[in-house]
Amino acid sequence: MSEQVFRDSEGDLSFKARRFGGKALIYALLITWTIVCLFPIYWTVTTSFKIAPNVMKGALIPWADYAPAWLGWRSLGLSPDTIGSPSTVRDEFVKRFLNSAVTALSSSTLAVVIGSLAAYGLSRFSYKFGYMRNADISFFFLSQLILPPVVLALPFLVLYRELALLDTRIGLILLYTLTVLPIVIWIMRDQFESIPTELEEAALVDGLSIWGAFFQIILPIALPGMVAAFILSLVLTWNEYFFAALLTSTHANTLPVMVASQTGSQGINWWAMAALSFAAILPLIVIGIALERYLIKGMTAGAVK
Amino acid sequence: MSQGDLLHVVTADDISERRRRFGRAIAWGSAALLAVVAIAQILDRADVIDFGFRTWRPTLYAYILWATCLCWSQVLIRGEHGKRTLFVLPAALFVVSLTVFPLLFGLVIAFSDWNLSSPLGRQFNGFDNIRQMWNDAFYWNALANMVWYCLAILVEYAVAFGLALLLNAEIRARKFFRVAFLLPLMLSPVAVSWMIGKSMLELRFGPIARFARWLGWENPSFFGSPEVARFTIMLLDAWTFIPFMMIMILAGLQAIPKELTEAARVDGASPWKSFWEVTFPLMLPVSITAILIRLIFKLKLADIIITITSGGPGGATDSVTSFIYREYRDRSNVGYGTLLAMVYLVIIIVAMTILMKVAERFTRPRT
Repeated sequence: MSEQVFRDSEGDLSFKARRFGGKALIYALLITWTIVCLFPIYWTVTTSFKIAPNVMKGALIPWADYAPAWLGWRSLGLSPDTIGSPSTVRDEFVKRFLNSAVTALSSSTLAVVIGSLAAYGLSRFSYKFGYMRNADISFFFLSQLILPPVVLALPFLVLYRELALLDTRIGLILLYTLTVLPIVIWIMRDQFESIPTELEEAALVDGLSIWGAFFQIILPIALPGMVAAFILSLVLTWNEYFFAALLTSTHANTLPVMVASQTGSQGINWWAMAALSFAAILPLIVIGIALERYLIKGMTAGAVK
Repeated sequence: MSQGDLLHVVTADDISERRRRFGRAIAWGSAALLAVVAIAQILDRADVIDFGFRTWRPTLYAYILWATCLCWSQVLIRGEHGKRTLFVLPAALFVVSLTVFPLLFGLVIAFSDWNLSSPLGRQFNGFDNIRQMWNDAFYWNALANMVWYCLAILVEYAVAFGLALLLNAEIRARKFFRVAFLLPLMLSPVAVSWMIGKSMLELRFGPIARFARWLGWENPSFFGSPEVARFTIMLLDAWTFIPFMMIMILAGLQAIPKELTEAARVDGASPWKSFWEVTFPLMLPVSITAILIRLIFKLKLADIIITITSGGPGGATDSVTSFIYREYRDRSNVGYGTLLAMVYLVIIIVAMTILMKVAERFTRPRT
């Protein structure tokens, strides 16, 4: 065993070096973009623990550059020493938060329910409504995506005023359902088309009705797709600002509207702003980290055949 | 669309004449009720007879009742076939009543002068709104801005493609990077525009402004001049939406069989060449889908602009949506705003149709 018999040739060694260099470049780029993505969130979190001079200095690192304080969270009534005592700002915040949660959750649920039914129908049966066949009906649903919100905004404003639906949660829920419905149908149609029809045929032979087969056989298989559609709708409806700003004023305001309207007369309270913004984005950050798999599934539905 | 793989079920329904008659009765009965309520409300509104209605709620309830009865009667009259219709009918009714009706109504308001705060109510004014639009430099400016914003998608696409390639490389901690790259999409645009647009770009203490100063930009004002302001808005919007395109492209990349790129490598193609000759053409359909969907979202761009610049300086950052929003907020004139929105819709439909036709031609397999 004096000498190694097989060794890398000169050419392979340089290949290795190049490969290593390539790897280093890839990781450098990845880390750079990670910083681009995460720094704003970091900045929001740290700013919520600053006091005025720290903000003005542009301090970056807690404990090293500045001493963290609960100022921002206290002004929201959410710091440890104020959480027990009554606070009007906190009540306001909780109210907005609940409005956001209720509208986002119920509109996503509604959209997933009626959207899945429609998608299932379109992927299984042939319809004829007047001159419209399956392809036309699908196109009709998906074409709603192109409709920009402004076109509907002002007519809805007037209609809701006449119907006394202005500034109500129901009004917002209906509109939000409408905006996410095409996306749900898009995702679910893709999902149902990947399930073979033999399954229902077997179920029907065994004596189930169409709806029975749908609920007992197909739905459990399509559940991941439904979760994906639900999460994606949740993200879109939770963040929606335009309709909420236009159609609500005092009762049904959602969180984004509250965030947008925080301009004090004596300058901006950056620390309070940061605390509020962070509280507004936190639920979705949690969802994004925990349910990333479903989100990706939802976004890539129909993209790759 | 192929109709071949649909589910075919033969059913023998035994529907009694009484059940059928009952089904027709509730469908037509509720429709008649809806008509009666609606006519009563119209008469009430026209001050012919006073029923004491305050809102149009009764008509709404009658409409909901009619819609429910219509769905039910389908099952009663047509049995199994009716049950199948029941899958699509609720969604169809929902969408039709919430888009088609408001759109038709919108067409009516578009040709009227209607200041919501004035007691005069709606005044039909013919083509005045169109004439006003023709001379409204700010509207055309907003449309031109939209073209710029849409062109920015091409750059976003290139960046997203690069990121997807990075994520598709053999790396460790891929899940961590994927989650980190995805997060911007989850954040509410309003919170983003506050924390980045207002705080991080703040002239005195914002970290990005300080970074720019360190790089040698003397007076980094991000919303001072029109071009820079527009560019900043583009960057902010890109930051939130690049993950979306990235994920779609990544899915496309992962669906490419490894054998193809391996074969290209064995045949002696350089990485650069194998990307352009193999990967990129294969990615064309996914890319076009991603760009089209991104375009649809871009056309709705408003939140960031409303919150940060509200269109300024001098309308340089206005998108159509934010312009109409301000038009309504400042003058509460519903008619003119609706007309602008309708024109926007027509432009979008025409442009999207052309784009989709072109895209279809591009993706068609070459023979």
